[in-house]
Amino acid sequence: MKYLCLVYCEEGLLHSQPDSPADAECMAYFESIAGSGRMLAAEALKPVQTATTVRVRGGHMSLTDGPFAETKEQLAGFYLVDARDLNEALNIAKGIPAARVGSVEVRPIRELQT
Amino acid sequence: MVTPQQVRAAVESVYQAESRRILATLIRLLGDFDLAEEAMHEAFFVAVERWQRDGIPANPRAWLVSTGRFKAIDGLRRRARFDRSQAQLILALEARQEDDVNDEELEDDRLRLIFTCCHPALAADAQVPLTLREVCDLTTEEIARAFLQNPATIAQRIVRAKAKIRDAQIPYQVPSLAELPERLDSVLRVIYLVFNEGYSASSGDQLMRNDLSDEAIRLGRLLQQLLPDPEVLGLLALMLLQASRQAARSDEHGDLILLDEQDRSLWNRALIAEGSQLVQQALRTQQFGVYSVQAAIAAVHAEAASAEQTDWEEIVGLYDVLLRGWPSPVVELNRAAALARRDGPQAGLLAVEAILARGQLQDYHLAHSARAELCRQLGRLDQARDAYQTALGLTAQGAERRFIERRLSEL
Repeated sequence: MKYLCLVYCEEGLLHSQPDSPADAECMAYFESIAGSGRMLAAEALKPVQTATTVRVRGGHMSLTDGPFAETKEQLAGFYLVDARDLNEALNIAKGIPAARVGSVEVRPIRELQT
Repeated sequence: MVTPQQVRAAVESVYQAESRRILATLIRLLGDFDLAEEAMHEAFFVAVERWQRDGIPANPRAWLVSTGRFKAIDGLRRRARFDRSQAQLILALEARQEDDVNDEELEDDRLRLIFTCCHPALAADAQVPLTLREVCDLTTEEIARAFLQNPATIAQRIVRAKAKIRDAQIPYQVPSLAELPERLDSVLRVIYLVFNEGYSASSGDQLMRNDLSDEAIRLGRLLQQLLPDPEVLGLLALMLLQASRQAARSDEHGDLILLDEQDRSLWNRALIAEGSQLVQQALRTQQFGVYSVQAAIAAVHAEAASAEQTDWEEIVGLYDVLLRGWPSPVVELNRAAALARRDGPQAGLLAVEAILARGQLQDYHLAHSARAELCRQLGRLDQARDAYQTALGLTAQGAERRFIERRLSEL
């Protein structure tokens, strides 16, 4: 099953803590998961000030500056992985370097019924 | 020729003894809790008629597993005529081998069921009801009564947990050796929660509560049989040693009687002997943990003829072990109480005051009660009175309030 691991962190803390991961470490982890054949995609995101939220209501698009919800922790990046089951997905999530300063939400992917 | 009564009696006794094993195996074979439960009940239903006609099978358990699995796949196939998405599921289920229904695999299924129900990815307040429902076969109503909850609330937690197991694909397996310590902690915590819910007579239907303690001990025994880890032995020992004092720990009004004042002739010697033997076994492994050390402390108390004859030296030493490995202010408070018995009230009071001076346990009524009791023993009655008053202000629990008020009136 595919799982999306959403990495949340207070943006102010992401790069400023003693335990904060450097980009090189994140890249190394990406490569180790890719090497195991479990990786589908992973990206880090630019800060939340760069976000734009789109809604369509009654056929009209409206745009809002900023993220969907103002929260203490922001979405900082994601991993899309293909794991045997939740245990394997949790093991991958546990190794994400940013999990040391933020949190990782693991969500199973719903296959669209076509 | 078997009589209908014999068949009914046989079906009932197989249900009593085997229904949890059969359910656990069907969950593995069918990959779904609800489907497995339905299949199992159908298999027992069919058994009444078939065993009458064909005789009671040599291995009723294997017969029921295989009938349940067949019925479930058959049911899915009928539904698949209307819903094409089922077809793939049926193929997958049929491909799953059934030839591994040997005894060893069946016991593993029970362990799989326990680990799945106590999976840390499930809501903490769902793990206990799910375990009681699936592993112990308690009804939702019984669980609700024991926890003073609405049955609908309990049912909803169980439904949500099962949905998460299915949708997030929580695997039905015993964790690997690397994951085992962490996952076992979660299982032991659930069992001890069930035990304490039954053991602490603070609220609820008393009869149901004793059942909960018994159920927790049964779970502990099952786990001991399936996975004799030192901490499994330690937890079972701790529960048995605490349960051994059941008859002596409250008076006719349901008020708690402290360990010192209990009538030790009411303690259950058989449980103490079994618990103590398990503690020895756990400690010998040198790989024991927090439950084993707590059980060792309970065993020292259990083996003493009176509070005065207790080996306080040994108890202080065990609290030191506990503090080194699992430091907490509550453990420190308990150590202070033991210290007071070993070295006198002055030493105990100093230790209690050191904890309070650090700003810890200030809202914990037992810390103030302990301070009050030690002040009383030292003849500092004003300080004792103040501390008891502070303790009284911190607890709303009836039996504990009555206890403190009694102490205050005796000053």
